[in-house]
Amino acid sequence: MANLTELQKISTQVRRDILRMVTNAKSGHPGGSMSSADFLTALYFGVMKHNPETWTRSGKGIDAFILSAGHLTPVYYSILARSGYFPVSELSTFRFFGSRLQGHPCIEKGLPGIFQTSGSLGQGLSAAIGMALGKKLDKDENLVYVMLGDGECEEGQVWEAAMFAVHHKVDNIIAMVDWNGQQIDGKIDDVAGVGDLEAKWKVFGWETIVADGHDFEAILEAYKAAKEATGKGKPVMILFRSDMGHGVDFMAGTCEWHGKAPSAELCEKALAQLEETLGDF
Amino acid sequence: MATKYTNTGNKDTRSGFGAGLLEAGKKNPDIVALTADLAGSVKMDAFAKAFPERFIQCGIAEANMIGTAAGLAITGKIAFAGSFAEFVTGRVYDQIRQEVAYGKTNVKIASSHAGITLGEDGATHQTMEDIALMRALPNMVVINPCDYNQCKAATLAIAEYEGPVYLRYGRPSMPNFTPEDQVFEIGKAICMNEGKDVTIFATGHLVWEAIGAAEILEAEGISAEVIDIATIKPLDEEAVIASARKTGTVVCAEEHNMCGGLGELISGVLAANEPTPVEFINGGDKFGQTGTPAQLLKAYGMDAENIAAAARKAISRKK
Repeated sequence: MANLTELQKISTQVRRDILRMVTNAKSGHPGGSMSSADFLTALYFGVMKHNPETWTRSGKGIDAFILSAGHLTPVYYSILARSGYFPVSELSTFRFFGSRLQGHPCIEKGLPGIFQTSGSLGQGLSAAIGMALGKKLDKDENLVYVMLGDGECEEGQVWEAAMFAVHHKVDNIIAMVDWNGQQIDGKIDDVAGVGDLEAKWKVFGWETIVADGHDFEAILEAYKAAKEATGKGKPVMILFRSDMGHGVDFMAGTCEWHGKAPSAELCEKALAQLEETLGDF
Repeated sequence: MATKYTNTGNKDTRSGFGAGLLEAGKKNPDIVALTADLAGSVKMDAFAKAFPERFIQCGIAEANMIGTAAGLAITGKIAFAGSFAEFVTGRVYDQIRQEVAYGKTNVKIASSHAGITLGEDGATHQTMEDIALMRALPNMVVINPCDYNQCKAATLAIAEYEGPVYLRYGRPSMPNFTPEDQVFEIGKAICMNEGKDVTIFATGHLVWEAIGAAEILEAEGISAEVIDIATIKPLDEEAVIASARKTGTVVCAEEHNMCGGLGELISGVLAANEPTPVEFINGGDKFGQTGTPAQLLKAYGMDAENIAAAARKAISRKK
C-alpha cells in the first residue's frame, strides 16, 4: 500500500496521463477524470485488495470496482495501467480504432481489470449490487466498490438501486460519488439540481460519509471509516467533495472541460503545472 | 398426410418456464432468479419457495433488476430476470443492451405474458415489438417456445448455455402437444409436419394454429409443411432454405408486430438465398386491445383459418 507521498506522486502522473490521452485522442473526458483522480488513485494503490496478475472478471477472492460514470475512462485506464493490468504504453491507443481502450469501458476487447461495461449512466450501482449479492452467496468476504458522478444521480435507476440495497441489507458495497457540482451543460444546480446528496443518501438509509476528495489523508480516513461500516446491515456511501478539472488552473471548477480535449498547446500549458513523477507513456 | 398432434390438456407456457426453472435450480446451485413484483405471475414462486436464498425480489424497479442480474452473472451466477414481456424489453432496453448484451453477461431474460394473447389487460401490456427489439442486439439468443413442454425444455437448455438469452412465453392456457421428454436444441428449427405444397414457419402460440391450418388444408388436398421456429436467433437458416426450396412458397406466422419479427427475418434469408413468395401472419403495425386470447387471435388474423387462407394465397403466387 502506497503512503501519502507516493499517492500524491501517482495521482500527479495520472493527471498527466489523462491530459496526454485526451489530447492524443482529440476527444474524451478530462474534467471528471481529474476530479476523481485522487480518490481513485487512493482506492487502487492504498485501499482495494486486488492483484493484476491473477485478475479474473468474476472477482472471486478480491475486491471489485465498477466505474458507473463510464465516460471517465482516462482516469480509469491510467490507474489500471499504472497498477499493472496492462502496459502503460497502451495508453497511447486510447480511443483509437482497434484499441482495447475503447471510449467507454468494454468487455469485448478483453482489457484486463474491467468488470463491466458502462457509459449509459445510472446503471453501474445496480451491477455492483449484483456483484455484492454474488459475493454474499459465495461467502466471499471481499467488497465491491462503485463510482458514480453527481450528475449521474439525476438518473432514476440510481435511486431504485439505492432503495434495493438498503432493503436487502447489501452491506458489502462501498459506493462513491464524485461530488464536483458540474455536468456537461453547466453547474448541476443550474441544470437539474440533485439537491443535498448527503441528506438524500442518508434518508434512503445508506451509511453516508462526506470527505474532501483532494486531500489524501481525508480520503484514506474516509475509506477506513467506510470499510469499518461494512458488514453492519447497511450499504455505505462516500461523497467525495471535489473540483472538476482539479490540478490545472485553467481547467478547475468549470464544466468547460467535462468532455473536451485541450489543444496540443493548452495541453503543454497544463502539463507544465504537473510534474512528471513516474515517466509519461 | 398431416401429422396428428394430441393436445394433452391446455397449459400455460409460463408454467412450463416455472417447472423448468425449478428443475434447473435443483441441478445447479449457481442459478438465481430475480423478479420485479411478479413472482407468481411469471411462475418463479416454486423456485422462490425451494431456494429462498437464491431468489431476489426487486420490487417494481425493472431497470435495477436487470443491472443486478448482470452483476450476479459477473460473479458466476446464472441469473434469470423475469417480468411481463413489455417490462423486460421496452422498459429496460438500454439496460439489457449495455449490461447484458454488450457486457456479455450470463443473464436470461424471462419474458412472460408476451404477445396479444395476454388478453384482457390490453395494449399497454401486450407487447408485440419485443422480438424486434431483442433480435437487434448482438450476442442475444432469442427463443419463443410453442407450448408448456417446449418452454420447460427450453428453460433447461438455456440454463446450460453460457450467454445472454431472451426467452419469450405467454400467459394463457393453450394446447400442450409437443413431447414431454423432448430435449431442446438452441438454434434448431423443428419440423412438425412434412409437406410439399407450402411451408408454414410459425413461432410461439401460432405453431398450434399452423398445425390446425395444415389440417384444414389437408382436407382440401393441400400438403403443408409446418416448421416450428422455436429459436428465432440464431435462425436455423439451413432448415428454412431447404424447406422453402422443397415447397416453393412460404407463410410466416407470429404473434408479433409486422416490423422486425419472424416474417422479416425469414424473408431476408430467403431473399439472399432462395427467393420465394412469402405471406405474412402477424399483428400488423398496430397495438393490441382487450379481449380473450381466442377473440384476439381471430380479430388480428392469426388463427388457423387465416393461416390456411395465407397458405392458399402463397400457393397461388408460385411461378
